Amino acid sequence: MDAKELIARRVAREIRPGMLVNLGIGLPSLVAGYVPASLGVFFQAENGVIGLGARPPEGMEDPHLTDAGGGFVTAVPGAASIDSAMSFGLIRGGHLDMTVLGGLQVDAQGRLANWKVPGKMVPGMGGAMDLVTGAARVVVAMQHAARGQSKIVADCDLPLTSLRRVDLVVTDLAVIVPREDGLHLIERAPGVSVADIIAATTAPLIVPDDVPEMILI
Amino acid sequence: MKGALTPAAAADMIPDGASVMIGGFMAVGSPLRMIDALVARGARGLTVIANDTAMPGRGIGRLITAGCIARLITSHIGLNPETQAKMIAGEIDVELVPQGTLVERIRAGGVGLGGVLTPTGLGTEVQQGKQVIEVQGKRYLLETPLRADFALLAAWQADYLGNLCYMLTAHNFNPVMAMAGATVIAEADSIVPVGVIAPDAVKTPGVLVDHLLLRSGKGE
Repeated sequence: MDAKELIARRVAREIRPGMLVNLGIGLPSLVAGYVPASLGVFFQAENGVIGLGARPPEGMEDPHLTDAGGGFVTAVPGAASIDSAMSFGLIRGGHLDMTVLGGLQVDAQGRLANWKVPGKMVPGMGGAMDLVTGAARVVVAMQHAARGQSKIVADCDLPLTSLRRVDLVVTDLAVIVPREDGLHLIERAPGVSVADIIAATTAPLIVPDDVPEMILI
Repeated sequence: MKGALTPAAAADMIPDGASVMIGGFMAVGSPLRMIDALVARGARGLTVIANDTAMPGRGIGRLITAGCIARLITSHIGLNPETQAKMIAGEIDVELVPQGTLVERIRAGGVGLGGVLTPTGLGTEVQQGKQVIEVQGKRYLLETPLRADFALLAAWQADYLGNLCYMLTAHNFNPVMAMAGATVIAEADSIVPVGVIAPDAVKTPGVLVDHLLLRSGKGE
């Protein structure tokens, strides 16, 4: 199992029956593949569909039905198509139960940076600032480190996406819950020790006596 | 509705330096024939207001490649490295706006509101230079309305009066931009007789639409 699959399968366990969930493009979009249809979850794509479904069969794609990354999708029974004002009304207005987003950095206060590396890479925030501001629950799904550098840092040096403290961070090494007093390490990836995680993290972690191994879907 | 135009005639109406809203999300729901006509005309100095710039070679990405755009107000350019390169090189002035804020600024411009109060962007770079207003104990950024000289829309169906309906994820910014352009030009997959689009299915009333593009292949 590669790191992305591990993260997606752990994030999938956060999803409860009947939720309305927005998955970011890239790694977060993999989560949908591990959520059983029996949960009755509706996935929203901010470009305008509630009830996003899997990829259509080859040659059956509809150019009017894509996800937020521009990839072809289907819609599940009961789906609704909406315009961007309604889509972001749902997001900002607190109607979205959960969003799963990628990250560049999360800091000790639980703040996310994920839209800009000044002078190098400026993708723009797209819907990320609205999603972090408005979703009932914000889950960050990202690799623990990039090019050997911890992405969980004491203080974000990249521009923030929001001041809001995210609710959960799932990486290929650990599951972390940001709270008022700091970052709580609650789970470790299979075969990874607490010492490994501490060594790979530049932010201080609050570590309980028992840090169980992640359970994956 | 004042009449139907060829894409070339529509592009000729849009002068260099004009401000132009363009519907679409990653080129889905973008008026592709009008974009091609602007490229063919060699438009220059446009201010484009749009969700994204798609990818090189697709949708608004073609306007980027062809050098038609001087200023861009948008939310996401992550899938178009050419836009990022031109921004970093100083060839295009880019204002990045959170997507939900962008659509509400356009809506405000179109519906006669003096601005929008949103919590999105508080305490981030987006706040710079903006007023923070407290309402009922909560803080918001004041975001100003956006209007444009032209709104270029894509629809699934139009009728002869310019009533429009959209399909699936091709709605996106189109219905909102329909209210915020001084001149509104719509390009539809098909043009149908009046009455085919039921009143309840009309998302953009024809009274908002100044011109349709002639059906694909006609006059091109």
